[in-house]
Amino acid sequence: MAAEQKQRLTLSFGPHIHYPLGRSTAELMWTVNLALMPALVWAVLIFGWQALALTVSAVLGTTLGEMAMCALTKTRVTLRDGSAVCSGILLAFVIAPGMPLYMPFVGGFLGIVLAKGVFGGLGHNIFNVALIARAIMMATFPVPMTTAWLVPKFGQIVPDGTTMATPLAVLKEHGLDAALALFQQMPDTALGALAPWEKLMLGLRPGCIGEVSVVFILLGAAFLLYKKVIRLYIPLSVIAGTVFMGLFSASPMLHSLAGGLWLGAFFMATDYVTSPITPRGQIVFGLGIGLLTGMIRIWGGYPEGVCYAILLMNIMVPALNEWFPPRRFASRFEEVNA
Amino acid sequence: MSSPSAKVLIMRGLFDENPVFRLALSLCPAVAVTTSLKNGLLLGVAVFCVQVLSSVSASVLKPFINPRIRLPLFVLIVALWVSAVDMILAAYFPAIYAQVGLYVKLIVAFAIILSRMELFASKNPIWPSTLDGIGMGLGFLLAMILTGSLRELVGSGSILGITIIPTKPLLLAVLPAGGFFTIGLIMALFNWIDLMRGKKLSSGGGAHG
Repeated sequence: MAAEQKQRLTLSFGPHIHYPLGRSTAELMWTVNLALMPALVWAVLIFGWQALALTVSAVLGTTLGEMAMCALTKTRVTLRDGSAVCSGILLAFVIAPGMPLYMPFVGGFLGIVLAKGVFGGLGHNIFNVALIARAIMMATFPVPMTTAWLVPKFGQIVPDGTTMATPLAVLKEHGLDAALALFQQMPDTALGALAPWEKLMLGLRPGCIGEVSVVFILLGAAFLLYKKVIRLYIPLSVIAGTVFMGLFSASPMLHSLAGGLWLGAFFMATDYVTSPITPRGQIVFGLGIGLLTGMIRIWGGYPEGVCYAILLMNIMVPALNEWFPPRRFASRFEEVNA
Repeated sequence: MSSPSAKVLIMRGLFDENPVFRLALSLCPAVAVTTSLKNGLLLGVAVFCVQVLSSVSASVLKPFINPRIRLPLFVLIVALWVSAVDMILAAYFPAIYAQVGLYVKLIVAFAIILSRMELFASKNPIWPSTLDGIGMGLGFLLAMILTGSLRELVGSGSILGITIIPTKPLLLAVLPAGGFFTIGLIMALFNWIDLMRGKKLSSGGGAHG
């Protein structure tokens, strides 16, 4: 009897609660990793091999951090589930492509240890690991994190090291005209000259490794949606919130396309562990991220706010889960018959 | 009431009830001041002096203090000693005082000092109260030294201003967030040492900080 009950009660960590049973953490995480590949390929195409090297460095950092924490806490090594690799890739995607190679390694290692390991591993972290790692790097290496933006150029193997400011930074410091003028320096494709918004969609602009190309992020996101790994509640509300705040700024177009919004909305905010469980909670969570992003960008000190907006809303997740609990089965029936 | 031995009293302040790492008290000044070992040492020594002198004063004066107004009087006693220490530091260490002077004045509001007067000195004879004050003061000093040296070494690559690592390894450590990280990690270390020694975790420890 006891043995039978033991078999029936299978406990495992984390994400499965969001989506149908029978899918393992590993399957979900490796799907996400796969979905990130188009954006990575694009980054290598325009920023050169440096982009790939930085990604490998970040993944090595998170992997080593995961192994160190598993060894320290004497738990099973959880590398195979792909979550550490996922954090590493995502970390590399939100840093400048011209950084020294050791920096994402340090950031990834500290991020895994301080944001995930000390909380008890996957499923127990309060904050998005990749974004905490980015925040740590922002505090530790402020100069490369805010200046090492490479100029995108097709087919550069080793970048020549010329840097320039990102559109949002130019918009904040020098105004809209300067920000739009920046796009004239961007390469055109064989199809002819492109308008600024077309360059933004394709990803011909200085920016973080994985955030530049809206099209290739959407390609990965479409794959995740098709695989039912993510749902649209969070991404759409994040985008809606940011676009709404964009109306208060000099250029709604730049605000919706020129930052890390799309990467953040589809790949960062949708992290299972650090997002609410019910659709209503997820919508409030997403709108909060979008509004905070806009507030930081427009009225705050930083040109970009997606990272801190998501981290701030991560804090709210336990409260959101409490305020928007899953509806009890047949509760509507009870209300009708009360 | 039989008092515990001197060793127990001092060890309690240093480790078992360490004000910063166990009771998670005075975290704000602890984080703000420990960006370098020198600053940490100064505040640590100041708190040590104020703690010992206040505990002794409370114990000496307890026959004359009406229990109903004991807390305001304790605050007055602390304020007296803080003023004295503050003036001495301002006179003899003006350079460091310029950086941490504000926090020296804030010692008046340190929970640990008032709580030791209330919980211990007002109920115990003078000698145990002195030892208790020394223990708690040393505990705070130890916390300042540990946190300050770690943060200065990791954040600025130096100890007491002497360069040990030529680069700045991890700037984060000297920022406020890094201060909390450092203190949290040392708390974890304290809990881990307890686990290794096979003791139960103290209820005031770590998690509530």
